[in-house]
Amino acid sequence: MSAVCRIGVITFPGTLDDVDAARAVRRAGAQPVPLWHADDDLHGVDAVVVPGGFSYGDYLRAGAIAAHQPVLRAVLDAARRGTLVLGICNGFQILCEAGLLPGALVRNAGLHFVCRDQRLRVENPATAWTGRYAPGADIVVPLKSIEGRYVADASTLSELEGDGRVVFRYLDGNPNGAMHDIAGIASADGRVLGLMPHPEHAIDPLTGPSTDGLDLFHSAVDTVLGSVRG
Amino acid sequence: MQARRVLTTPDDPQPYRELGLADDEYARILQILGRAPTAAELAMYSVMWSEHCSYKSSKVHLRYVGETTTEAMRQRMLAGIGENAGVVEVGDGWAVTFKIESHNHPSYVEPYQGAATGVGGIVRDIMAMGARPIAIADSLRFGLADAADTARVLPGVVAGIGGYGNCLGLPTIGGEVVFDPSYAGNPLVNALCVGVLRVADLHLAHASGTGNQIVLFGARTGRDGIGGVSVLASESFSASHPGQDRSRRKLPSVQVGDPFAEKVLIECCLELFNAGLVAGIQDLGGAGLSCVTSELASAGDGGMRVDLDAVPLRAPGMTPVEILCSESQERMCAVVCPSDVDAFMAVCAKWDVTATVIGEVTDGERLVITWHGETVVDVPPRTVAHEGPVYHRPVQRPSTQDAMHASTPDALARPSTPDALRATVLRMVASPGLCSRAWVTDQYDRYVRGGTVLAQPSDAGMVRIDEITQRGVAVATDGNARYCALDPYVGTQLALAEAYRNVAVTGATPLAVTNCLNFGAPTDPGVMWQFEQAVRGLADGCAALGIPVTGGNVSFYNQTADTAILPTPVVGVLGVIDDVRRRIPTGLGGTGDTVWLLGETRDEFGGSEWAHEMHGHLGGRPPVVDLAREQAIGEVLAAASRDGLVNGAHDLSDGGLAQALVEACLLSGVGARVRLPSQVDPFVALFSESSARVLLGVSGACAHRVAQLCTDHGVTVTRLGEVSAAPVLEIAHIASFTLDELRATWERTLPSLFGTPYPPERESAGST
Repeated sequence: MSAVCRIGVITFPGTLDDVDAARAVRRAGAQPVPLWHADDDLHGVDAVVVPGGFSYGDYLRAGAIAAHQPVLRAVLDAARRGTLVLGICNGFQILCEAGLLPGALVRNAGLHFVCRDQRLRVENPATAWTGRYAPGADIVVPLKSIEGRYVADASTLSELEGDGRVVFRYLDGNPNGAMHDIAGIASADGRVLGLMPHPEHAIDPLTGPSTDGLDLFHSAVDTVLGSVRG
Repeated sequence: MQARRVLTTPDDPQPYRELGLADDEYARILQILGRAPTAAELAMYSVMWSEHCSYKSSKVHLRYVGETTTEAMRQRMLAGIGENAGVVEVGDGWAVTFKIESHNHPSYVEPYQGAATGVGGIVRDIMAMGARPIAIADSLRFGLADAADTARVLPGVVAGIGGYGNCLGLPTIGGEVVFDPSYAGNPLVNALCVGVLRVADLHLAHASGTGNQIVLFGARTGRDGIGGVSVLASESFSASHPGQDRSRRKLPSVQVGDPFAEKVLIECCLELFNAGLVAGIQDLGGAGLSCVTSELASAGDGGMRVDLDAVPLRAPGMTPVEILCSESQERMCAVVCPSDVDAFMAVCAKWDVTATVIGEVTDGERLVITWHGETVVDVPPRTVAHEGPVYHRPVQRPSTQDAMHASTPDALARPSTPDALRATVLRMVASPGLCSRAWVTDQYDRYVRGGTVLAQPSDAGMVRIDEITQRGVAVATDGNARYCALDPYVGTQLALAEAYRNVAVTGATPLAVTNCLNFGAPTDPGVMWQFEQAVRGLADGCAALGIPVTGGNVSFYNQTADTAILPTPVVGVLGVIDDVRRRIPTGLGGTGDTVWLLGETRDEFGGSEWAHEMHGHLGGRPPVVDLAREQAIGEVLAAASRDGLVNGAHDLSDGGLAQALVEACLLSGVGARVRLPSQVDPFVALFSESSARVLLGVSGACAHRVAQLCTDHGVTVTRLGEVSAAPVLEIAHIASFTLDELRATWERTLPSLFGTPYPPERESAGST
């Protein structure tokens, strides 16, 4: 009997891309498990996606309120035990607010919401979420955000760069003023990943600019099933 | 029971004129009630009898639409005009509802919130049909692109639509951006929303069943937007700039939106529908509780009792008038069986949505509203909601029409040398009327929910509604006010034809029509003539195409002082496609495909983009409309899509063939080598705006079958050339352009005008 990878997809009030994240999980051969913001356990999932949207209307700060909800406490506990976590857009903002990833996302330098098909370079294919990508792979994934500009202090940036934790970098011009053109970063163990662009919107040429995003989900399934087998 | 008067005695003069009621309208209220109205009743009648809510000037003309809708056209209609939004059956057990509505005046006063709440309002209309909203499109019109006030209004409107729509999780898939000096003091913001539901789940707005509970849920009721419809939407602006006397008085009337509250309300509503807990539902929009209570009661079979003390308030000390007329956003009102109330409240609690029983359906025939133990309203609800005044306004064809027709574009200097034609192509491509809209549309999320198959700059937006069967719907909005100024009947049919064509070029089959009729003051007989002609043109056009009007919206008083906007009927067409994988992308296809032009080109420049851009000229006659030919082209495209014969298509409209070729090359990222037909003057071939024309990219192996389809449907075909590997658009003997040159020319205009970042106001709460 083949093992099934179960990936939780969290819905906060104001989460928007949960249906898309669940679709991508399914497309990668895993089973999506809906998680509600008020849940205080993760129902034994192997990995968690914190999807995009405007949780709690971005009130206070993007991600600030979601970071204090019961389900996020469960995510923090699970991450400490090595559970895979992916934060996309608002999910990335939430992981930063929760302290799971360093730095912060602030308003785009141009002050506009930016929706575009964004070229990215995969800087580190060795994380739990990027194993399927070739080193330096050039991919196209939609970016759609107004608080997408990654900022961190100098020592954090040099640590991220030095440890290969900058996982995705913007190509073709920086769309939001992010420091070091950073689009996505990982935790030190490579199991927690946050990025502003939306890989879940790039899984089908019919509805997205490419299928480049799907490998993110495949990589997680590989990691989970590999560790089960191993 | 006699209502106790709160503020007046019979002898006191009442401020009905200030509330927008005419003398005879007030007299009619006295007659209906047999007494002077209370302050609350007077406020209620005044908002509900406003032009915006009662359609009192348009009703007699709109009847024509119903009269010309045949049984055959009604076949797929599950609900039509009179409901919140029209509903059509689209197959596989799915129904689609869509509607377009104006939020023009608020968007001038406060662009960000005005546009944002316009989106919010139309989305709630769709929810009130029991549907899940799935996409929006925005039809926007502003003053000249380089006018100072456009730099205030446009960025605010775009940020407002984006700020609300993006946060709501609805993809924006289409719309228009138009510039004309007539909109300088009166921009048009028309928002369209599409929703889907299972046919079995249609919810109509009515309050039946004595004892059923009236539940108000969503945001709390505050002082914002009071008098919005009667004051803002039903009166024209003075010539003065906002900030001066008269307009400043109106500033607090613009509502403030909270898209997060609306997103939660959507999910809450859908869970309530799925659980079968809703007997009737209505959204709160213009005129707030006045509207919802009177409309729900009069559509049902009994009366209604409402207690205003139960309404959750945002501000202390609100009067009954304020509570009844507040236009606070993100509120809905449901009729719920008593046995379902607990379950209803539990769903609302799960979503943290405030829900309160505020009344119940009674067996009487009165709408009775109490506050602090007093009866403040006691009226027959139909007299408020449905039996408002009806006006037969004077209609008079303006004498200026003849002079306008006589001033034909024939005498305008035309480019004739290759160099002049080349320069004209570039000037037109860069013009505000034809340049890329990416500066606007890149501020909208087109991806959310993962169903968007086509979005701007495609001719129509398309979303998948069923991931198993791959069924989808396409929607396009169009309007050409210059054509309508020349001939409102033909101009409206041209708008219908263009929206129809834009849906057809995606491979979808047009099914239904919605419209937003933006006009000047109905008290102007010339405006009423334009309106009457537009309605007749639309209705006759729909009858010719065999697709029904399922809903619409009228916006009058779009004028500054005595100068009305150009008559601007905006037409939305909805189509269905069995399998979205067979959609035709907008463009030319790929290398090796041949470039075909369907339809005929005549010397038609009246109201054209060329006459406007190069000569500032508006005169003559608009292009001839040929709906039978539009239908024939639509059938060719549907068949070509079904059999996979074409790899790209693009509608010809503003700017003619030249613009269509440029856009098609840029969208497909390919070059083309074309030769203009020898029997037509090159200038006419490139820039005429003859209708019923489409550009196709036909794959070599299928050329014979496409030719046969066109012959079978009597559609003229011209083979222009082929798609080329080189990134160059070459028009033989005239000019050639690199794609880089075209792209830079097409894309630079709006960023150069609006590049300055607009300070976002998403968090700002103030309405001033």
